[in-house]
Order: sequence, then C-alpha cells, then structure tokens
Amino acid sequence: MSHIEILRAGVLTTCQDAGRPGWGHLAVPPSGAADRPSWRLANQLAGNPTGACALETTLNGCTVKAHRNVTVVVGGAPCPVTVDGRPEAWGQPVKLQAGSVLDAGPAEVGVRSYLAFSGGLHPKSSLGSHSTCLLSGLGPAPLSDGDTIPLGPSPAHPPLPTQWPAPWSGVGEELVLKLHLGPRIEWFQPEAVAELARGVWTVSEHSNRIGLRLEGPVLRRADAKAELPSEGIAAGALQVPPNGQPILFGPDHPTTGGYPVIGVVGPEAQAAAAQARPGTPIRFVPIPMPHWSKRV
Amino acid sequence: MSTGRTTAAHRLRPLPAGPRGILIDCGTSEAARSCYRSLQSRRMSGLLEAADLVPGATTVLVDGIDEPELLAAELPGWPLTDEPDAGGEAVEIPVCYDGPDLEAVAELWGVAPEAVADIHSGIEYESAFCGFSPGFAYLEGLPERYQVPRRENPRTTVPAGSVAVAGPYTGVYPRTSPGGWQLIATMTNPGRLWNEHREPAALLVPGTRVRFAAVRV
Repeated sequence: MSHIEILRAGVLTTCQDAGRPGWGHLAVPPSGAADRPSWRLANQLAGNPTGACALETTLNGCTVKAHRNVTVVVGGAPCPVTVDGRPEAWGQPVKLQAGSVLDAGPAEVGVRSYLAFSGGLHPKSSLGSHSTCLLSGLGPAPLSDGDTIPLGPSPAHPPLPTQWPAPWSGVGEELVLKLHLGPRIEWFQPEAVAELARGVWTVSEHSNRIGLRLEGPVLRRADAKAELPSEGIAAGALQVPPNGQPILFGPDHPTTGGYPVIGVVGPEAQAAAAQARPGTPIRFVPIPMPHWSKRV
Repeated sequence: MSTGRTTAAHRLRPLPAGPRGILIDCGTSEAARSCYRSLQSRRMSGLLEAADLVPGATTVLVDGIDEPELLAAELPGWPLTDEPDAGGEAVEIPVCYDGPDLEAVAELWGVAPEAVADIHSGIEYESAFCGFSPGFAYLEGLPERYQVPRRENPRTTVPAGSVAVAGPYTGVYPRTSPGGWQLIATMTNPGRLWNEHREPAALLVPGTRVRFAAVRV
C-alpha cells in the first residue's frame, strides 16, 4: 500500500476523482477533476480503473516523493517532468522507485496538470469521493508541503494502454465555447444576448475551481432591481451577477444561486475552460433555445 | 400518499439548462415542493433517470438527463397537489434563544424580546430546499408579518448552530461561515445537522418538517 509524500504543493494541488454528483439537493457541489478528459486519460495510461483519484495541480505543478515503486503519468497541461533531477516523459507511464522524487514543473500552456499513480490515491473520502471541494470544504484539504497520501494496491496486471492517446490539444490563443442559451434569457435585455455572440471576455485572475470570472462587456438585465428566488445551478452555468460581469461555474460551483443564468456550456467546454489561464480571451457561440422551450 | 387536491392553477414551465438539463419553473413554492416530490418518486420507480434533482425556492433543476425534450413535453400535464406530504414526524431542534440579533428582530416584529422564542418555536416549518453550505436548509413557514430583511452588514463569521431569519426563511448554520441573516438563537448540538457517516448526511433534507424547541441554559 504505502504512500506518496508531497514535497512541494505548488500554488494549489488537490486530490480529484469523479467527484460527488447527485447530492445537489443537500447543497453539496459536484467537484471532481476540472478537466475530465485529461484526468481520465492520465488514469488510463497509468492502468487505473475509471474514476481513480489523481493529483490536480494549478499553474506551477508540484513535487512528489514515492514511498514505494509506483507508475505515474503526468497529463493534462503539458509541463517539464523530472525524476531525481533527470528529464522524463510527459504524458507517458514513468516508473518511480521507492524514494524517487518526481517534479511536475510549471504548465507550459494551460493551467491544470494531472498526476495519476498506479493503484490510485486514497485520501480521506467524503460522500463516496476523494475530491477536494474548495467551496464546501468537503473531502481532503488542499495539499500542503509534507502531506502524505495513501496509495491503493497496484493493479495486478500492469497496465499498458491499448491505444496511444491523441496529443493534448491544449488551449489556443482564444477560447471559443458553445453556450446553450437559457434558462433565464428573458431576464436580460435583448442587447445582452446579441453581445454574447460578438463580445470578447478575458479570464480574470480571481478565477478558481468554483468559477472563471470573466471581464468584458456588461450583460445588462431587463429589470436591474428584480430579484430571482434562489434556484438550482446546472454544471457549466454562466451566471450574471448584478455588475453584469459573467461567471462561468466550474466543478466546485454553488448548488443554488439568486442571480440569473443566461446560458450553460456542455462538458467539453467545461474541460476546455478548466485549462484557460488568467488573461485568456473567451468568446461564446450562442446555441438557440430548443424548440420545446418555446412551445409552452 | 398525499391527499391534496389537484389544482389546474399550477403551470410547470420547463426552461433549458444546458444540453442535459431542465430548470422547471413552478411559479410558487408549494408547486415546487410538489413537483420535487413527483420527480423523486418517478426517479425511485425508474421512470426518470437524472444525475441530480435540485429544488429551489420556486423551481426544480433536473440535471444530467439524456433526453430533456421528453420530460419537457410531459410536464404541462402533470397533476400537482397543494398539500404537503403528511408522512413523517417533524424533526425537533432544541435551541436557546440568545442570538445577538434577538432584540433587533423583536423590534422588527413589534414584540418584546421574550416573545420571540414563543413565536419562532410555535411555528411548524418545512425544509424547502438546501443551499449555501452542505446541510443548510431554507425552512419555510414564517408568516409574512415576521419576515425581516437581511443584516445590512453581513457578518464575516457566524458560529455553527446559529439559528437565523431572513425574508420568508429561517435556518440553522451547519458550520461556521460568513452570513447575513439575523441571528436569534443557538442550536444546542449543531453536529446533528451534517454527518457524512449518516444516510442522508443532512438532517433537514428538502421536504422535512421542522420544529424548534426553546431550552434554557
């Protein structure tokens, strides 16, 4: 079993698995890996079952010491990888001997790298998930230097990927996200909807796993004084607070809120948004409301 | 089983909430609670597959469904009942009416501070929905004349177990957090509100009936 030890936690390194969806009615955010495809791929390459817990770093990586022989894959945001100071491969299985030190350096592009260890990580679990939630405090706390995390038993048959992964597509100079309009489109001036299609926002540095704060054109409400009774927030919701600067919610989003949601992005866009650095320009491609919403 | 009358007045309005979600605008709090119960029982009997059902003040969010258009087409014909479920004992929450905003609330209510306990503990509430923090329930039932605004200056720290009122709701903070509601009492054992090793983890899940009982310390 044994464990890994965090020598350098970086800006923010958390434990993430598939999260704890299904508890929204108790005000529990879903959490889980912010860039799902990258997390899943790193786990597959490490031979782990779907859903294993991995480390998720933020911008400047982390340094980890292995206390048993273990295979590790560094995926997600590309970064320099070294083992005991020697360069190693990013995005491929790397064998660590007990006592070796792996460093995942600063992300060259994107924000979040994933470190998947064979056997998976087994930190404290809460409601069936090992994921850290920044909003609710559920799950293990964000990691600090010196923390240790138990490893699960190594898979009996060391994993070989059945197919080589496509290279990580990364984040371009500009992020373009499909935005499904609704539910609260009628809370906005028609001009706001037009603005969604042509405006450019940038990712604020006050962004985290709870949400990306966007700076740019103001999305004005039809009635600035109206108050929306608290309602459930869908994954990927673009919420507009009274200042008109939208927030694109991430995995640790609040489950209910009292500001109108103008549109919602799907899973692929949520993953892409999770790799958008502060300063990245974001555009939206509005997808009209489905026909059924107009019939009633 | 609910025995309430079916009313035609409620019109459920499905609104799109992303490619796999529907926000059902129910119009009123009663209709939202009834709609939530219907969705829950459909999910339990296998008629509905959804990752999350999240009740709000007058809405229910159905998230993680494969074909939202099918549910949306069914909704307008759904019968809803007015009366809350009769089933289940009310959960009793022992509290000490010693909150720092007790006098301010008494003044807003136009009563003596000593009367706040009798009024607040004399009402049966129902957990309408959860939000804000795991296990924090928005408890409905305060008559309109006892509805008070939030504090102008929210507190940065509200201790776990604080019993508060704001707008149409009363609630108990499950853990220490910032908060803007007016604090009137303290729950004697707030650890009951949220326990991850209990199923369900929250004491006041939506639909739960709740009573406060005044204790003297």
